[in-house]
Amino acid sequence: MTKQRFTLAAAVLALATTGAAWAQKSAADGIAEYRKMLEDGNPAELFEMKGQELWKQKRGPKNASLESCDLGKGPGVVKGAFVELPRYFADTQKVQDLETRLVSCMEMLQGFNAAEIAKTPFGRGEMANVTALATWIAAESRGMRFNLPQGHGEEQKSYEIGKRAFFYRGGPMDFSCASCHGVDGQRIRMQDLPNLTKNPGDGIGFAAWPAYRVSNGQMWSMQLRLNDCFRQQRFPYPGFGSEATVALGTYMGVNAKGAESIAPAIKR
Amino acid sequence: MKKSISLVAATAGAALLVAAGCASTPAPAELDREAAAVMKASFRDQGIAKIDRLNQDLGQAACSSDKPPSEAVAQQVMDQARAAVKWPTGGQYIGDWKAGERLAQNGRGMTWTDTSVAPKDNGGSCYNCHQISKEEISYGTIGPSLYNYGKNRGVTDVTAPTAQPIIEYTWMKIWNGKTYNACSNMPRFGHMELLDEKQIANVMALLLDPKSPVNQ
Repeated sequence: MTKQRFTLAAAVLALATTGAAWAQKSAADGIAEYRKMLEDGNPAELFEMKGQELWKQKRGPKNASLESCDLGKGPGVVKGAFVELPRYFADTQKVQDLETRLVSCMEMLQGFNAAEIAKTPFGRGEMANVTALATWIAAESRGMRFNLPQGHGEEQKSYEIGKRAFFYRGGPMDFSCASCHGVDGQRIRMQDLPNLTKNPGDGIGFAAWPAYRVSNGQMWSMQLRLNDCFRQQRFPYPGFGSEATVALGTYMGVNAKGAESIAPAIKR
Repeated sequence: MKKSISLVAATAGAALLVAAGCASTPAPAELDREAAAVMKASFRDQGIAKIDRLNQDLGQAACSSDKPPSEAVAQQVMDQARAAVKWPTGGQYIGDWKAGERLAQNGRGMTWTDTSVAPKDNGGSCYNCHQISKEEISYGTIGPSLYNYGKNRGVTDVTAPTAQPIIEYTWMKIWNGKTYNACSNMPRFGHMELLDEKQIANVMALLLDPKSPVNQ
């Protein structure tokens, strides 16, 4: 771990000192290179391990495990579930993403209060457990390709609402998701911006989150990724698991059809 | 006769849709209404970022889909924007390019983790989307390069009458970018009170002052 931090610092230093002598693209290449370097020791693994433990552990008021949780492919089936979410669930009569589905299972099977969990800040209490579980479940589908179901009317509607949410302009800066993620090949400062209105490619955009963020040492779930996008969009605060956030997941997930999942990825 | 046939066809079509039940997706207008309701229900106030930020004005609503608005609506958005431009007090268009560079570098302000909506606490976020000076290599590409902005437009003296049209155009563009492009991605810095007159004059200097690094 310490060694890793040191390597990172060295890489950043190398980038900084080379300065203007480097052309634009080579700086981006340098960032990609150090990301690659870190992949062997992605700290997301720690969260994966925690999530796997949490799945099996008897917890909550009902002292039960999550092992019979239905993530869409039948009770207890974890492999391949991630690349087919969000999808419609008959028991909750809702389209749910991985995180909202996990909270439903925690409520139904373990007796936790779903509304309480949804109100908990990211990184704390049961919300931190939801993130760890999501990290492990995503990892179980690593290398698989996105293939969200669109057979149910509610799934089709979720896509259409997600598309409208994606293009919804508002706030003091008139931003929508599309302001940054609507076309190919653009960036903010040095950060490349994936075009999320179509399949942006293997392991890019929707196919990379949850991800470990090196810059703040945090494990970020898709819900937190969207939350911080809306913060920077200068929007009000999106509720955890709110319909707009799940619909955006459906929109991005369906658009990413065929893209290989590398989640949990490692990010700047 | 022809009319009654199409009426029958329409009725049959409607019946088919009803029979298909939940498998059918609602009509686009219905989805628009539902999406608007979903947006309202999905967000809450947090700090300075209140739920009323979702209330759209004409331009925001017109530019909220993957299709551009009709020409008539786009023209209306631009006309409204031009009519509301405020010109600088005492004709002070050009300020200090050094202060302008600091504003261009500063991408802060107006998020729910910021504590004030006062322009003095906001940056211009210019480098997020534009190349500006040659020295700063960490710039975004959502907007066009502004390197040599004044030089390329023949500005050698900002007090010369010949420079006035480009100065006024640039002020208008920063005050409200929707004056020339109804669905511009650029925030309306003056119109939405993101920057005050003095700050805008400083950004103007960064772009137009022949001494600014932008014009070297």
